[in-house]
Amino acid sequence: MNIPQNLLYSKSHEWVLRLDETTVRIGITDMAQQLLGDLVYINLPEVGDAVTSGETFSDVESVKAVSDIFSPVTGEISAVNEELRDHPQLMNSAPYEAWIIEVKNVSDREELFAAEQYAKICAEEEGH
Amino acid sequence: MEKKTPLYDCHLAAGGKLVPFAGYLLPIQYATGIITEHMAVRQQAGLFDVSHMGEVIYSGRDAEKNLNRLLTNDIALLHYGEVCYSPMCNTEGGFVDDLIVYKLGDEKYMLVVNASNREKDVAWMQEHLFGEVQFADISDDTAELALQGPNSTAILAKLTDAAALPVDNYTFKENIQLNGISCLVSVTGYTGEMGYEIYLDNAHAAEVWNLLLTAGKELGLIPCGLGSRDTLRLEAGMPLYGHEMNDRITPLEIGLSYFVHLEKEGGFLGKEAMIAKKPYTNKRVGLKVIGRGIVREQEKIFIGEQEIGITTSGTYCPYFGCGLAMARVQKKYGKIGTQVDVEVRGKRIAAEIVALPFYKRDRTTAPSVSSK
Repeated sequence: MNIPQNLLYSKSHEWVLRLDETTVRIGITDMAQQLLGDLVYINLPEVGDAVTSGETFSDVESVKAVSDIFSPVTGEISAVNEELRDHPQLMNSAPYEAWIIEVKNVSDREELFAAEQYAKICAEEEGH
Repeated sequence: MEKKTPLYDCHLAAGGKLVPFAGYLLPIQYATGIITEHMAVRQQAGLFDVSHMGEVIYSGRDAEKNLNRLLTNDIALLHYGEVCYSPMCNTEGGFVDDLIVYKLGDEKYMLVVNASNREKDVAWMQEHLFGEVQFADISDDTAELALQGPNSTAILAKLTDAAALPVDNYTFKENIQLNGISCLVSVTGYTGEMGYEIYLDNAHAAEVWNLLLTAGKELGLIPCGLGSRDTLRLEAGMPLYGHEMNDRITPLEIGLSYFVHLEKEGGFLGKEAMIAKKPYTNKRVGLKVIGRGIVREQEKIFIGEQEIGITTSGTYCPYFGCGLAMARVQKKYGKIGTQVDVEVRGKRIAAEIVALPFYKRDRTTAPSVSSK
């Protein structure tokens, strides 16, 4: 399991990279892509859309099922990774490079975990 | 508590992601992933554990009569060494299950049924036994492996006398020796590909599984799970119980009339109801997703504002690289080439009605058999 030190993580397996004081980049973790399996489609939001901490902003389709992706922060989408539209499998092959959205004017966020704590959460989930 | 197949430890060793399915713990996929497994079967070969399937034996003087009363296909047409597919219907003409029949002798047959229906099927079969017939459920002692893909013949030929293998589709040979282990081997499967189903005693299942994987390694053979089994069967346009068929749908309305012999002597369970329900207003069709997205099952289909049917199976199909689905639509709208919309979580995705099966293997090149 790849869990980079420089990122923060949500319980629902999104990663957050702080770009500056009020802007973050969001994607799904290695654990998430392993749980989801081969990803074949992503329903991307649009620049300018509002996102709310704990609420879904996108969904991804694997061969098996469709799954929601939740925003760990509240703010406004300032960029969308359009490359994922044609190459959703990048989220499988390089989950930490295949960012999904950037959010600006972040005003609120849910509880986020450092790499070490997140590794424990993953281990617990794998355990059962 | 789920049961384990005799290959449980093999799945764990191979990195299988085990999930509960039809009362068993089975791999949904291995570390390679569903797409890789799917493409292995289309291009090289894949090995599936299908030991969860149910097997029952009919024997005795009236075995054939029993089966001809129970099943819609005409079992009297079957010769020793042949296999046939048949619906098994209730008295309303709906499916109890669909199954395949092996003629093991003049007075002996093996039926292979869906794992999730096994108990219901066995009860239904026992309820309708008559005359001189013995019935045995051998499911718990029998392992089944499915070796599927264009390289499957070459793989088996490394382990046994190639000349002894069954050749024609829907035929089988008994007592095929795989490294001295006696197996029943049929040219059957659920993937649309050239392939075999191998039946043997539980005791030797793990040994044969490992033998096949080793023999097949250089020919691209990998273990495959339930996930790719489902994407392959969807591409092959094969109906699945609980999806395209259920206890209220008759075989005639999902395009299986080829397996329903209304004219056979003595009739069969469900025949009268099936005829009384004619003409059927629905039909089973294939859908190819044109727009962006994936269509799953139980999603409504529209032409404009007119609702014309519902999807019964649907997913992303790796061979075609797009979403495909099977659907039940009103017959009058079911013409090939018709443009429709499928409502997926409140959004409409464009799709087109296309011919089934989506995938048909090229049968112009015979499978190659190298000597042992």
